[in-house]
Amino acid sequence: MFSLEGITTNVQDWLFMKFNPTLALAMECVIVILLAISLFAILGLVLVLMERKVAAHIQIRLGPNRVGPGGMFQTVADTLKLIMKEGLVPDLADKFLFNLAPFVVMMVGMLLLAPIAFAKNFQIWDINIGVLYISSVSSLSVIGILMAGWASNNKYSLLGAMRSGAQIVSYELSAGFAVLTIVVLTGSLQLSEIVNAQQNGWWIFKGHIPAVIAFVLYIIAVTAETNRAPFDLAEAESELTAGFHTEYSGMRFALFFLAEYINIFIVCAIGATLFFGGWMPLHIGNWEAFNHIMDYIPSSVWFMGKTFFLIFLIMWFRWTFPRLRVDQLLNLEWKYLLPISLFNLLLVAVIAILGWHF
Amino acid sequence: MYNQTEIIKDTSELGAEGELVINMGPQHPATHGVLHLVVTLNGETIKKIEPHLGYIHRSIEKMCESLTYRQFIYVTSRMDYLSSHINNLGCALLVEKGMAIEVPDRAKYIRVILSELTRIASHELWLGAMAMDLGAFTPFFYAFREREMITDIMEDTCGARLTMNYIVPGGLMYDIHPDFQKKVKAFITQFKSKVTEYEDLVTNNVIFQSRTKGVGILSAEDAISYGCTGPVARASGVSCDIRKLYPYEVYDKVEFDEVLETAGDSFARYIVRVKEMNQSIRIIEQLIDNIPEGDFVGKTKNVLKLPKGEFYTRVETARGEFGVYIVSEGGTTPHRIKFRSPGFSNLSVLNHIAAGSKIGDLMASMGTLDLVIPDIDR
Repeated sequence: MFSLEGITTNVQDWLFMKFNPTLALAMECVIVILLAISLFAILGLVLVLMERKVAAHIQIRLGPNRVGPGGMFQTVADTLKLIMKEGLVPDLADKFLFNLAPFVVMMVGMLLLAPIAFAKNFQIWDINIGVLYISSVSSLSVIGILMAGWASNNKYSLLGAMRSGAQIVSYELSAGFAVLTIVVLTGSLQLSEIVNAQQNGWWIFKGHIPAVIAFVLYIIAVTAETNRAPFDLAEAESELTAGFHTEYSGMRFALFFLAEYINIFIVCAIGATLFFGGWMPLHIGNWEAFNHIMDYIPSSVWFMGKTFFLIFLIMWFRWTFPRLRVDQLLNLEWKYLLPISLFNLLLVAVIAILGWHF
Repeated sequence: MYNQTEIIKDTSELGAEGELVINMGPQHPATHGVLHLVVTLNGETIKKIEPHLGYIHRSIEKMCESLTYRQFIYVTSRMDYLSSHINNLGCALLVEKGMAIEVPDRAKYIRVILSELTRIASHELWLGAMAMDLGAFTPFFYAFREREMITDIMEDTCGARLTMNYIVPGGLMYDIHPDFQKKVKAFITQFKSKVTEYEDLVTNNVIFQSRTKGVGILSAEDAISYGCTGPVARASGVSCDIRKLYPYEVYDKVEFDEVLETAGDSFARYIVRVKEMNQSIRIIEQLIDNIPEGDFVGKTKNVLKLPKGEFYTRVETARGEFGVYIVSEGGTTPHRIKFRSPGFSNLSVLNHIAAGSKIGDLMASMGTLDLVIPDIDR
């Protein structure tokens, strides 16, 4: 069956056969970087269009439908517009930090792409501390947002950045604990190990109720971490006009915009990997025939399907819920989510030690 | 390079140590118009709100002094544009009262039906805009779906969707559209089946309730002393519905309840408006099948002249009490005219109810006051 595994092995074999190992490795790096960047661009275009279409269907309207069939090229047109727009820098802004901030946010997204297993044996960097790497690198994005808010020399931006700082730092705890439950169940920090451990069933099914609780906590926490509604206080358009990116325009704004969608993709991909078995097909116990049919669906399709399902979930939240207030947001984390996740972790530890999971 | 510490130095000149002064508006997504709020913040907490007006002042009162009693009605559509029909009605009532003009029953019925439709349309827009202030975008489209049916009815009947200008002293400008009753009934059916969606999407939403309950509390005494009227005062338990207290047109012939809540918070103001829409539907249902036959406009003189003296009428718009006060010298134009707009008094409580709360609460408080800026500035 069609698999990306063969392509990667063939390319690697061919490169190492033709060139000396150092050069081959360098060429692999270049190929991977090009692929990652093009993935970024495609994801940005697809996700923005998806968001607009999902929003339109929820809001009983059609959404973009003029540029290309079904509005397919709407985001392309929008990107062209943004590229050609003047990138305004406020007079009293800290020019260096102002220009740096969107790239910091963007870079975090790129770094997070590395340990994700997109398909069977199709992973940029199978680092053995993958989960730790993800939680540590994702914390960096708050620096970019704080930088943008501070450097803009705008009160709305400053307020937005401060909100974002408080929010991301708090919700990282819950996200971290939710991820830890799966690490406890698997006994490994390596993402490929975590995926392999779900061969006979995904953790959300195998891990009993604690895994479900962890999943719910994870979805809430990452929605907050990516500054999406109902936790979009950093942008809060009715309160702070546009929050931390009020002063950004043109391509710099587009980078923030793109980074938001890339971050959604990444957190959903990690969620799919941890709770829904990544690229693993759906297997049910002893149903041999059913399992075989499921195996025929390519692993990349499984991975993308799960990821986009979670993305849809997060988009659904955005277009349904009103925004929380800043003190309610922090109360939710420190008074409810954090105690629940600590208790949940304890429960999972007991389950894992006693071997009660399947 | 610019020294970052100067950002703090700049604001400290305006307020005390650690205070941040923000100009919310005149261009700001939440002020819904050119309202300018100077907000003094301490972190996220609001210390003081100072509304600055005048960005859309068109001196409508002065303009009206040079217009005849037939003409000045149309300018009032531009004040509270969401209840323009009711504004027109208030002015026409004053002229009719001053000159003792007989209005045919048919015109009275149609005026009331259209007033209630206007009220529903206004509350629908408020519902959507308020949900948007709180960060939920979808209710806006749901509310506009029903509002669109009303504006279509208005377009058929009056020829305009926003500034109706349908009322003339003595009756109506022309008769209703033949499809009027059918379309209004279709709207009532649609509204009744869809209003539950608002309940599901907004009213029963936990986040919405936590954002509005106990936020922006206005006591009954304060509501009276600030001169609040309409849903804002009724949410605090002040009975002030002009339609009940001083019935005009055919409001004394129909059955409806004055919606009263006692909590006085943003959620109570929300509930009052949603229930008011249902009451308006009730009024329309009683009238729509019983529109009497006859003339749609009474006999009036060609040139209207109010007798010498002072005149005042009031009507209940979607926002509260709208008063028209005219001093006449006996000529064809008013000598002095003064409008009592509900929005101005309702805005004046903003500092009282929102100071000390968070920025997010300001949006909930301001959203439920239902401000229309051209009504405040005139």
